[in-house]
Amino acid sequence: MRKSFGDPVADDLRFVVKTVVGEENFIDMAPNKSNNYCCGGGGGYLQSGYTDARRAYGSLKAEQILATGAAYCITPCHNCHAQVHDLSEIREHAWQTVHLWTIICLALGILGENEREYLGDDLKEVLMYPAE
Amino acid sequence: MGEPAIKITGKSVFMDKVKDLLPEGGNLNLCLTCGACSSGCPATGLEGMDPRKFLRMAALGMDEEISSTPWVWMCSMCTRCVYVCPMKINIPQLIFHARKTWPRDQRPKGILGSCDMALRSDTCSAMGATEEDFQFVVEDVLSEYQEAQPEFAEMQAPLNKVGAEFYLNQNSREPVTEPDEMVPLWKILHLVGADWTYGTKGWAAENYCLFLADDENWEKIVRTKVKAVEDLKCKVWLNTE
Ligand code: SF4
Ligand code: SF4
Repeated sequence: MRKSFGDPVADDLRFVVKTVVGEENFIDMAPNKSNNYCCGGGGGYLQSGYTDARRAYGSLKAEQILATGAAYCITPCHNCHAQVHDLSEIREHAWQTVHLWTIICLALGILGENEREYLGDDLKEVLMYPAE
Repeated sequence: MGEPAIKITGKSVFMDKVKDLLPEGGNLNLCLTCGACSSGCPATGLEGMDPRKFLRMAALGMDEEISSTPWVWMCSMCTRCVYVCPMKINIPQLIFHARKTWPRDQRPKGILGSCDMALRSDTCSAMGATEEDFQFVVEDVLSEYQEAQPEFAEMQAPLNKVGAEFYLNQNSREPVTEPDEMVPLWKILHLVGADWTYGTKGWAAENYCLFLADDENWEKIVRTKVKAVEDLKCKVWLNTE
């Protein structure tokens, strides 16, 4: 976002997320968009072997997520997903981390049983496809 | 006169070299020492380092410290420091070049291994998945879903479809460790009627040679992927990474 397409794409993504989860269910973090903090999954971090440093780096992101009080954090990129998921796991699973494609398909009512790995118990059975 | 607090050589060979490489010299001489970079850098404090300190040390010619601190691998290259810097100083580029001062075989093993693995085949997969592996997984998962989910009986996950609008790549983690995670994306593409394809060559989205600061092999991997997209005559290269 910050490095390539900038805030217009950050706004596009917010449009998508608000459309699928409902405006009232979307909570932005602070700071956000181009001013946001990196989660620490990128730049080779996940493979670097510096696990403690990576988690310390990510604590800023974890605090941001916790401050929203949201039950789900949506990550559009693969490295972010792995890192944000790990940050939650080491905090007694403080939030669910889902790919953007998961939440879009859930909202469309086309998310099958095997595609729900990262949903929490509250959504595991919701809008199951195909319907029983 | 008191003793100088730190020993400085006065001139940084390293920083001068990096300045020559960057447009506008990366503005590396323009620091106001305001600290905006460090206050918003998630890597501040790790290894007793922060971006302003790193830049000051480089400017003071502390080249040995700059090229030996493991902190260069703890910066994620996120560029937030550049974004908030009033002088737009390119600190991550300085850090990237400091990574390059490490002998290749002493750089972090995980990144090194992932780069080397990707160089072994045209798939560019850092997890070593071959063309055949990828094709098998995609076809296997697709047929399973076509059968189990009636609305998607016609869904396709094309491989090597010449002339498709979009060439889609995929992080190795999905085909290798959680293939079901590929499906929601296929469904979305199917519903919107996108004309897309995977390629058995160049499909892996990751590029650890970039993170390794191994320019030659970073470029080699990008060229392999570009060739795969061009050989299939696709118009858009969709990177999911
Ligand atoms: S934000 Fe820019 S000017 Fe301020 S200390 Fe950092 S590099 Fe120097
Ligand atoms: S690019 Fe590196 S130094 Fe700059 S803010 Fe990000 S982690 Fe910190």
